[in-house]
Amino acid sequence: MNLPTLESINLAASLPVLILAGWACLLTAIDLFISPERKHWTAWLAVLGLLASGVALGFEAVAYSQRGAVSAFGDMAVVDGFALFLQGVFLLSAFLGILLALNYLPRHNIERGEYYTLLLFTTSGMMLMAMAADLIVVFLALELLSLPLYVLSGFAHPRLDSEEAAMKYFLLGAFASGFLVYGIALTYGGAGTTLLSGVVEALVGGGPAPNPVLAIVGMGLILVGLGFKVAAVPFHMWTPDVYQGAPTPVTAFMSVGAKAGGFAALLRVFLIAFPATGDTWGVVIAIIAALTMILGNVVAISQSNVKRMLAYSSIAHAGYVLVAVAAARYPEVEPLAVSAAVFYLLTYAVTNLGAFAIVIALERDDGTGVEVEDFAGLAKTRPWLAIAMTLFMLSLTGIPPSAGMVGKFFVFQAAVQASVGDPLILTVTIIGVLTSVISAFYYLRIPVMMYFRDGEGQANVQPALGVALALTALATFLLGVVPAPFLQMARHALLTLAG
Amino acid sequence: MDGLFSIVPLIILAPFTGVLINVFFGRKLMPRRDSVAPGVIASSMAGFSFLIAVLMFFALLANPAGAEVPVLTWINVGDGDFTLHIPWTLKVDTLSSVMMLVVTGVGTLIHIYAIGYMHGDIDEKAASRGLEGEEALDFKRRRYARFFAFFNLFLGSMLVLVTANNYLMMFVGWELVGLCSYLLIGFWFDSPEKNEAGQIIGVLNSSAGRKAFVVNRVGDFGMLLAIMLIFWSFGTLEFDDVFARAECMIEAPQAECLTLSAAELAPQGEGEAAAEEHGEGEARALTTPIALGPFAPTLGVVVTAITLLLLLGATGKSAQIPLFVWLPDAMAGPTPVSALIHAATMVTAGIYMITRSNVLYAMAPVSGMVVAVIGGATAFVAASIAVAQFDIKRVLAYSTISQLGFMIAAVGLGGYIAGIFHLATHAFFKALLFLGSGSVIHGMEHGHHHAHGQGEHHDAPHGEDERPFDPQDMRQMGGLRKHMPVTTWVYIIGALALAGIPPLAGFWSKDEILLDASLNSTLVYILLTVAAFFTAFYMGRQVFMVFYGSERTEAARHAQESPPVMTIPLIVLAGLSVVGGLINLPVGGLHPLGRWLEESVANAHIASFNILVATISTVLALVAIGLSYLLYGRKPLEEGEADPLYSTGPVFTFLNRKWYWDELYAAIFVRPYNRLGDFLANAVDWQFWHDFVHDRIIADAFQGWAAILSRPIDLGIVDGAVNGVAQLVESTSRSLRRVQTGYVRNYALAVLMGVVAILAYLAIRFLV
Amino acid sequence: MKEWTFIAILLIVSAMLPTVPIMGGRLLGPRKPNEQKSSTYECGVETVGDTWVQFKVQYYIFALVFLVFDIELVFLYPWAVAYNRLPLFGVIAGVVFIITLAEALIYAWRKGALEWL
Repeated sequence: MNLPTLESINLAASLPVLILAGWACLLTAIDLFISPERKHWTAWLAVLGLLASGVALGFEAVAYSQRGAVSAFGDMAVVDGFALFLQGVFLLSAFLGILLALNYLPRHNIERGEYYTLLLFTTSGMMLMAMAADLIVVFLALELLSLPLYVLSGFAHPRLDSEEAAMKYFLLGAFASGFLVYGIALTYGGAGTTLLSGVVEALVGGGPAPNPVLAIVGMGLILVGLGFKVAAVPFHMWTPDVYQGAPTPVTAFMSVGAKAGGFAALLRVFLIAFPATGDTWGVVIAIIAALTMILGNVVAISQSNVKRMLAYSSIAHAGYVLVAVAAARYPEVEPLAVSAAVFYLLTYAVTNLGAFAIVIALERDDGTGVEVEDFAGLAKTRPWLAIAMTLFMLSLTGIPPSAGMVGKFFVFQAAVQASVGDPLILTVTIIGVLTSVISAFYYLRIPVMMYFRDGEGQANVQPALGVALALTALATFLLGVVPAPFLQMARHALLTLAG
Repeated sequence: MDGLFSIVPLIILAPFTGVLINVFFGRKLMPRRDSVAPGVIASSMAGFSFLIAVLMFFALLANPAGAEVPVLTWINVGDGDFTLHIPWTLKVDTLSSVMMLVVTGVGTLIHIYAIGYMHGDIDEKAASRGLEGEEALDFKRRRYARFFAFFNLFLGSMLVLVTANNYLMMFVGWELVGLCSYLLIGFWFDSPEKNEAGQIIGVLNSSAGRKAFVVNRVGDFGMLLAIMLIFWSFGTLEFDDVFARAECMIEAPQAECLTLSAAELAPQGEGEAAAEEHGEGEARALTTPIALGPFAPTLGVVVTAITLLLLLGATGKSAQIPLFVWLPDAMAGPTPVSALIHAATMVTAGIYMITRSNVLYAMAPVSGMVVAVIGGATAFVAASIAVAQFDIKRVLAYSTISQLGFMIAAVGLGGYIAGIFHLATHAFFKALLFLGSGSVIHGMEHGHHHAHGQGEHHDAPHGEDERPFDPQDMRQMGGLRKHMPVTTWVYIIGALALAGIPPLAGFWSKDEILLDASLNSTLVYILLTVAAFFTAFYMGRQVFMVFYGSERTEAARHAQESPPVMTIPLIVLAGLSVVGGLINLPVGGLHPLGRWLEESVANAHIASFNILVATISTVLALVAIGLSYLLYGRKPLEEGEADPLYSTGPVFTFLNRKWYWDELYAAIFVRPYNRLGDFLANAVDWQFWHDFVHDRIIADAFQGWAAILSRPIDLGIVDGAVNGVAQLVESTSRSLRRVQTGYVRNYALAVLMGVVAILAYLAIRFLV
Repeated sequence: MKEWTFIAILLIVSAMLPTVPIMGGRLLGPRKPNEQKSSTYECGVETVGDTWVQFKVQYYIFALVFLVFDIELVFLYPWAVAYNRLPLFGVIAGVVFIITLAEALIYAWRKGALEWL
């Protein structure tokens, strides 16, 4: 019997996740004893946990730069550059998610401490997802990521649309999880192991290689489960309803965190476990990417509700990352494509959180005020807000000087490299470029509304929200102007086989 | 002669045969009310066992090493590093032989005594219930046969206990005797003792049995833990192997000793050498680590834990502080039960067990000291309580606790021979005293009936109405010497033996204990000496109150001597009480019992007689008896006169209320426990489990499902399918309306189509 | 194949455990029904009220709370079986597990999930 030892578990390597998860557990209990008027204490305590986790992450990053990747929990998790980078993105998103909610929740009379603890839980799920080197851990992380989000979607209970969002998200999420588990089971049946590094051996032909067909079917189902999380067509249909119904800070966090979590698993599982069948899943993912970009961008045009529009935008952006995933199946492109994908996720995170921060500022206490018309005249009443929103919209479109431009450039660069000898990727890349042009229509409608239409644009920027806005705007700008240090970091975000 | 050992299973078989006979045929064996067949059968079975015990004794004389006689394999499971092999093997050695002789010998006498006693007792109970004729006969048949079935069952169980060669089998016997104790304490479970006024006197029999059972569970819990710990540490439960491995581990690591078996050791030399060597180096630290899961305490810690847990078991069974409270209440059982189980045999199981485990106790000096102090404290406390009791059996009950304390103190101090010696002599004279008191009670009841038969209440002219008749209350006795001469004389012999007057049996054994105490622990010695003083005093008080002075009630005036079937065992026991000291007479370096026990008790040592200790204790006993004479004998109590000890006020009340021990337990354990029970019953069981889970969850859920499932089907069959289906759809849609916009299934469908598309692609790619 | 034989035996024995006593009682026991004995068993309490009553959704909350213990049991059983061979880390992990579940229960309790409204 092989029992885990402290060495094989390597607690130090998993410290950021453990700190966060443990603190979330503790905070759940602590929150019980914080009176309802003082729930902001819970928020600050949650921030404290994020900080502690961040410090641990910093130490891990330093250690990584010296000794490279290490595995934890007996090869079931791996701490590599990819994991560390994405974990940083998750921590940042969670921090911003708390800032967005700090004033929003009391304003809407839904302030409960669980918001913050659930946020910590889902964040720890995302961070675990980034480390997962075993299909079981992938599933565990996915559930840890999803379950708190189901609850958070319904956080505005008893508002009906929030409840509806939660119910839909939960039902469909459970449906998708079912496919994922089924896929994992089939893969296990086919490969005889759930370790990613073991699956790859089985499929390449080494070892007993019991049944590759099972493993390939399993791979398809895993793609479904993860595709649902990243909101790729045709598994995207929950997105608009849920994004619109859920409380806006939740939407903001979910659109960033859950998506990045899904991609973390998608990249690692497909690139580590299934490289041998790359030509198969590459085609599938490329087609999905094309469909996703087309549908997301086209449908977004017709939306009048900004939250709903951002939902479709989020679908569209998933498509761009999927292009990078599809490109990454070529070993020579893989490092570039992976760092492009994670950098894209970073830029999308800061930009989208910023955009949602503006939406929160405009949203009235009854949940209205998030129509496109509500932005009319904002340039006159709140000029700074208008400038920030313009920056975010430019970034989402991919126009300089913004983070989005760099991200998109990076992704397309990888795609073009991969498209040598692969007409499908080339087609998809062209579709991507075209759809980003289309996206300008609906993104830029908002600056137009703000600057050229008369109206009484109302906004309510409270302190925490202001800080979040400033941070995201600054980050969006900086990532667009001086992206080099972050690009450098993203270049180190390499996938490593466990071990 | 060794072949003789192989018949030892008969010693257990005989009483169990008696049980079966009495259970199945006992009632048929009693055609008339004065039939004695069940009692005779039970007594002859006991006698047969005694015969076997005597044969074993002679076999051991020839071969003192004894033998282990396998009967069957009880448990045999596991392989590799986990094996559990528990045989039922009977161990015959000098120690178990002493126990066998005492148990069967005293047991046989008490069985014979019970033949007469239970006749009277059952008739009395039948009369008090107003049973007559055929009903009374049937009642008697059932109870008489049942009593002897239980009594034989006890004897067999006790022999299982003393002949066990491993801890688990010993535990089986331990529990069986506990069960018998429970059954016999509650023998009159259906009749609380009531006087004519309808008041309940004494304790309810069934609750006394329950108390004994529950208190003993606490001790058994410790015993079980100890057994598990032994198995875990030493990998076996057989006494010899456990001890051999424990001693091996002093020197060698645990793993090396785990395969060791006592049989592999040289039969004599090595074991003794180890014991002696050990005796020299008391202060040796036992630091060998013992693997217990993730922990590795040292051998010393483990052995101390084991011995302390065993001690907890012993305090339960042998009625020591803190678990002694059940024994006084156990006197609610018939007097032969009190004599056999709760004085002579079962309660000494703790002493036997500790003596059996002497190797372990020798390795754990701390435990030994704890045992000694508990024994000493119990001896002192119980003796002081006995001084202030009025119930004749209750005095003896506390006296028993006190004497058990002496034995426990002795074995705690390493005086195993003294402990077993006192165990044996105490069995003689305490059985004698109990049976004597039974004879007194018998006589008093007789006298009471006699007096009542002559006229209504003329025995209670004044002041007596407040104190209803109680045949056990010493204040209502007095002067019985004139009416019950035999009982009086044997009782006085028993009392003197208990008080420790030379040359009676109690003197020798008690003196040996005091000697051990004076050598090892001043504290224990002082406690025991004071207890011995009290002992002499309360026995003097009892004798003077019961047998001397003038009769204080009509019942006492009409008391009658008991029949020979009761008095003959008394006379035999009295003889044994006189000469019992001979079995370990210290004069001239004889110590027969000591030499005898040395064969099987590794750490036994023989104490030489010390004239100073003996003189002190004798003088104190005489002074105490003299004091009791001054208080009770010179000017005997008159009718309705208060006890002179009342003048000590609160001290007397304190002692009379048994140091408020029961009240303390009530406050610490019983009442919180009752409150917890209330909570569990009312809040958890009733409100939560019944009201909520059953009424709401299960009932509502069941009904909800039933409503959904069966109502449409029902109506559908009866009123037409259309109605039912429409209703079902309507109710479903109503309940889902709030969340079901109709989109979710579309979404799910989209997901499914995506899945189909992907799988179709994969299929085409790999199959076509 | 040997291990499957044990599973088959386990299945058979586990099916027999409830059926044999029930059938045994039915076959061997005397039957003298009367009104009291034939009435619905309700933990020794007389049945009260209509059997058709609405069923509350709070049942699920309790079922979920129950799940806490259920899961605890499922995981603690193998843990307890292997306890003797676990390293210290395994013990700590078990303790952490129990504490975590206990916290869930405390949370539910404190939030009033155990109160029936």
